[in-house]
Amino acid sequence: MDDPTFKLVTGNRLRDGAVVYFASAGIWTPRIDDARLVEEKDGAALLAEAQAGPPPHPAVGPALIDAVRDGDRVVPATLREKIRASGPTVAYRAA
Amino acid sequence: MYRYDEFDRKFLAERVAQYRDQVRRRLAGQLSEDEFRSLRLMNGLYLQLHAYMLRISIPYGTLSSAQLRGLAEVARRWDKGYGHFTTRQNIQFNWIKLEETPDILAHLAAVQLHGIQTSGNSFRNITTDPFAGVAGDEIEDPRPYCEIVRQWAALHPEFSFLPRKFKIAINAADADRAAVKIHDLGLYLRRSDRGEIGFAVTVGGGLGRTPILAQTVRDFVPRRELLAYISACLRVYNQYGRRDNLFKSRIKILVQALGIEKMRQEVEDEYAAMGDEREALALPDEAVAAMQAQFAPPAYADAAGDDAELAQAAASEPDFARWIERNTRPHKQAGHASVVISLKPVGRPTGDCSASQMRTVADLADELSFGEVRVTHDQNLVLPHVRKSALYDLWLRLGAGDLATPNIGLASDIIACPGLDYCGLATARSIPVAQALAVHLAGREAAIGPLQIKISGCINACGHHHVGHIGILGLEKNGAESYQITVGGSDGEQAALGGIIGPAVAAHEITATVDRLIDAYLRLRRDGEQFPDTYRRVGLAPFKEALYVAR
Ligand code: SF4
Repeated sequence: MDDPTFKLVTGNRLRDGAVVYFASAGIWTPRIDDARLVEEKDGAALLAEAQAGPPPHPAVGPALIDAVRDGDRVVPATLREKIRASGPTVAYRAA
Repeated sequence: MYRYDEFDRKFLAERVAQYRDQVRRRLAGQLSEDEFRSLRLMNGLYLQLHAYMLRISIPYGTLSSAQLRGLAEVARRWDKGYGHFTTRQNIQFNWIKLEETPDILAHLAAVQLHGIQTSGNSFRNITTDPFAGVAGDEIEDPRPYCEIVRQWAALHPEFSFLPRKFKIAINAADADRAAVKIHDLGLYLRRSDRGEIGFAVTVGGGLGRTPILAQTVRDFVPRRELLAYISACLRVYNQYGRRDNLFKSRIKILVQALGIEKMRQEVEDEYAAMGDEREALALPDEAVAAMQAQFAPPAYADAAGDDAELAQAAASEPDFARWIERNTRPHKQAGHASVVISLKPVGRPTGDCSASQMRTVADLADELSFGEVRVTHDQNLVLPHVRKSALYDLWLRLGAGDLATPNIGLASDIIACPGLDYCGLATARSIPVAQALAVHLAGREAAIGPLQIKISGCINACGHHHVGHIGILGLEKNGAESYQITVGGSDGEQAALGGIIGPAVAAHEITATVDRLIDAYLRLRRDGEQFPDTYRRVGLAPFKEALYVAR
């Protein structure tokens, strides 16, 4: 059987655009491994919780994505989210 | 180069101040993202996968050394040390922090740069031949007209809410080096039999989901009537262009729906109905002359003797000779050349340029090219006016900065958009595909000769794949990247859209597929032909067959 798929919430941090993951009320973390994972059926509630709180909201465009657990690590389902989680797959130029 | 006047400076300063206040209110929670998005986009700030991305407009691809240093400083101080030059002759910074953007824009305003009209349903950067003003086959320098049209278009009240974005390109030479036919509106500068300067006007070009090449709406519009006539074109589009369907909103769809005959009739009717307004928009000779003065050629040295010196240097150093052959272009002025600086070192991300490289190019421009730099739509840079006697020294110094790859126009000089490594709209990666192909093909690119490979990471076609000799479009199929390959496209005078060679292939199959297409081309081509010529002669079938047989 496939590994169970979980839901988590991600967005980009308002002040600098960095990729962040919802951990707990008001707390967003840049580490996907620290994201809060819920079962599929609790996704909508998680998103609502992540979107709560007074403005300015710390994350822009909060969205639910799929991920699986791999030991201590959390691995997003899509290539797009994998690239968001770990950065471009190409080396870029240093100054 | 065009210098801002007091009005331009004041306008930009006010704009930055306004924006600073908007960012402050956004960070304080007084503006929601929905309210703020259009405000940041109006200043060129997008939100991409990993960060904000700032797109800075480089009008008609012309930069002063001071501007390039300004961009280098943005890369060094506010980004991760590099920028990415695009097919729109613009630059993008990939790692921008919202809270720092007001300072960045203030810094750029000091060197006459900004991100206004790099997004939204407005006129975008007007693009042209990177060899404008220096090419031997040019009728006149197109940049004064680019600047005249830019000023007319900038924040034009009537055309601020077009159905969709609008791209204008101007070409003034025999060869079309501005890919005019893939633009919403195109202008080919012409001289009439009577010696009068004017423009052939094309409309309805564009790539994306529905690629269409532009068609001519009028063969000759005298330059005096230029602004009035393009106003008529824009009015027809503004009135009839579709606003109900994003995918059908570009002028190309309107032209396709009406047919060029009807479109022409609509434009001519509109133009006739403009009456007195035409006079108000007329472009007097004095205004053109005043603008041309801003683009007057620099004071070239008498360099007639330089050719012999260059020939000698090239004869004793084959690597230098190869670079001269590939990376320099003829210049109007005796003893001078234009130098193309490759931003495609084999195996590196295409179009990326580090802060120190930008500074190197700016210094070399000051020393050897009258402080001028150009950005090409192939994602390279140009030093437009270099004395031939300075080329050897220039080559050595560019080489020290990894800027002397002798591959302009060859297989490793690939166009690639940012793709899924950066872009929020992407369906697949483009940069790694370009890197792998460049590494793979570099060894035989000299034998292949001129070849344009163009790669886009989604249907939006920022990498112009439809007009690549070999085009590659990244798609997503069942969660995996897959790539649709086309052959036979070209973006010059005889622009053509490539034909699809078969089902999309997986990333690991691209190199082998492209190899077979190139092998087929080398087998099929006749003396003197380039890829598009061969394709025009033999069609798609032999290329399809080459892949089919291999499978
Ligand atoms: S073609 Fe698509 S992936 Fe590439 S830059 Fe344009 S929108 Fe992004």
